[in-house]
Amino acid sequence: MSGNHTIGEAAIRAGCKCYFGYPITPQNELGEYMAANLRRAGGVFVQSESETAAINMVVGGAATGARVMTSSSSPGISLKQEGISFLAGFELPAVIVNMMRGGPGMGNIAPAQGDYYQATRGGGHGDYRTPVLAPASVQELADLTMEAFNIADRYRTPVMLIGDGMMGQMKEPVVFPEPVKEFPEKKWALKGRGEGPSRYLASLILDGLEMERHNWKLVRKYQEIAERETRYELYLMEDADFAIVAYGTTARICKGAIKRARREGIRVGLIRPITLFPFPTKVLQEIAHRVKNFLVFEMSTGQMVDDVKLALADYQVDIAFHGRPGGVIPTPLEFARVINRHYLRMKK
Amino acid sequence: MKLENQWPKYYKKNVVTHYCPGCGHGIVHRIIAEVLEELDVGKRALLVCPAGCAVLAYHYLDIDVIESAHGRGTAIATGVSRANPDLFVISYQGDGDLSAIGTAETIHSANRGENITVIFINNAVYGMTGGQMAPTTLLDQGTTTSPLGRNAALDGYPLHITDVVAAFPGVAYAERVTVATPGGIKKTKKAITNAFQTQIEGLGYSIVEVLSPCPTNWKMTPLQACRWVVEEMSKEYKPGLLTDKREEKRKLKA
Ligand SMILES: Cc1ncc(C[n+]2csc(CCOP(=O)(O)OP(=O)(O)O)c2C)c(N)n1
Ligand code: SF4
Repeated sequence: MSGNHTIGEAAIRAGCKCYFGYPITPQNELGEYMAANLRRAGGVFVQSESETAAINMVVGGAATGARVMTSSSSPGISLKQEGISFLAGFELPAVIVNMMRGGPGMGNIAPAQGDYYQATRGGGHGDYRTPVLAPASVQELADLTMEAFNIADRYRTPVMLIGDGMMGQMKEPVVFPEPVKEFPEKKWALKGRGEGPSRYLASLILDGLEMERHNWKLVRKYQEIAERETRYELYLMEDADFAIVAYGTTARICKGAIKRARREGIRVGLIRPITLFPFPTKVLQEIAHRVKNFLVFEMSTGQMVDDVKLALADYQVDIAFHGRPGGVIPTPLEFARVINRHYLRMKK
Repeated sequence: MKLENQWPKYYKKNVVTHYCPGCGHGIVHRIIAEVLEELDVGKRALLVCPAGCAVLAYHYLDIDVIESAHGRGTAIATGVSRANPDLFVISYQGDGDLSAIGTAETIHSANRGENITVIFINNAVYGMTGGQMAPTTLLDQGTTTSPLGRNAALDGYPLHITDVVAAFPGVAYAERVTVATPGGIKKTKKAITNAFQTQIEGLGYSIVEVLSPCPTNWKMTPLQACRWVVEEMSKEYKPGLLTDKREEKRKLKA
């Protein structure tokens, strides 16, 4: 199954009731899948007039307690940022998929990872963060899509699933988890006041001290997410004296490159962040006790490398970077050569 | 009769209004509360309040409320109504909100015929931000951003957005009213009742445009402001029924 269809099927199995979206390549197959299959499953599909409208429909759907999602690609995700900021302020759960493409501006439709800063730093205005999940296989797209809904509900937060055209369009075998039957109770959801007191959801907090309290409350939530939800994969790291850090599509390419490099006797392994926020800082620090050389690969001019540097600021380690921005897909051979070059430098 | 009994069930008690003296928002809030009670839909109502002077509508209306980003009320209302069709959904919006930044959402929610009711407060200015020109500002009307009066050549013409959406097949009911006279207030209540009933029957989109005084930004006394609504605004935006396709829609449903 293709990655984009897989996200759709996983979302339906996760109990996603509403999908709101606007077409943009390279994620159109997801909206198309939802138009056919979510509606058939009794859910709601609306092709909105813009990404701005879509994310605000998400706000409305989420406020009623339904599991809701939207998807887009880089330029459309930029348009959604105001709405994501409101979701964070309201503390509403929702899943947002970004199949990144080359940029800035219209850029192109090829795979790229230039939206790392936007995704992990909040993206919209104000003091907030969004958990970001970065799958690297179709199976992981299925698993993490379902997990995204759980994390969103558990912490009442928008969650972003991030990939690119390669993730969305490639086909791999996938085993879907059973459909979710039981959902967490959402006492906060707006269902009309009924016999009880009326309630409201507002992000407007005019009193400075009260707004500050709300900001710190969000921070505590993000700390809890960091403690409980940080995910990563270690690949051939047991005996490694050289660590690659990469996520998503780039991490897949790295695995090929690492196999090549290992054939030449280079003991290199991969640290693959699966959550980009929270970033797997602790595992990087543990590894930095024995590994002194790090090489970060990204399909960008260098964004995640900043998080690696932040994580290892107090460690005497060397952090190198190699990037291919703009929608250029590097080959395992190219990465293997880069690994080789850095390895030789490292051994001097 | 005790005064107690006349207090609308869905209007909060013991609250001090933040609206200026002579402002139309408070009147419309009260009418909404009354009609919700009369049609018995307050318990399942969800009102979307706008960025604008009515952002604090939940201070007054004793029903569930969600705040909207500027202009996105009908997108949020769409999400609410689609996710839970049992809810009675109102999007309350000002003229900057509905006919400038939120124009696309207004047009498309109307065109989809969402089963929601839009209460559109047209006061010909941006109230909350201090009286700037709105798409609805009259020609020659002075505002902080049209200090010499709105100039058609530079600023365009007053936008009649309710007339635009009234033409859409998805719009079941649209009326323009004023709250500047006792008669106007009565008609407003009737129009809001019709609009709410449209939604209760599931006939689709309904909208009531209310020409509403903003004495503060018009730099008038409340009385002068009411007079200006009747004598000036009502000339540009003629009060009255703009469309009523309810009968047609009832037949379609049957
Ligand atoms: C994205 C965005 N842009 C601008 C604003 C500032 N803003 C708040 S309310 C408003 C206009 C309100 O005017 P109107 O909709 O006519 O409502 P009124 O206050 O007159 O009732 C503006 C521009 C905002 N909150 N968000
Ligand atoms: S500024 Fe105008 S619209 Fe706002 S509360 Fe005052 S009178 Fe009403």
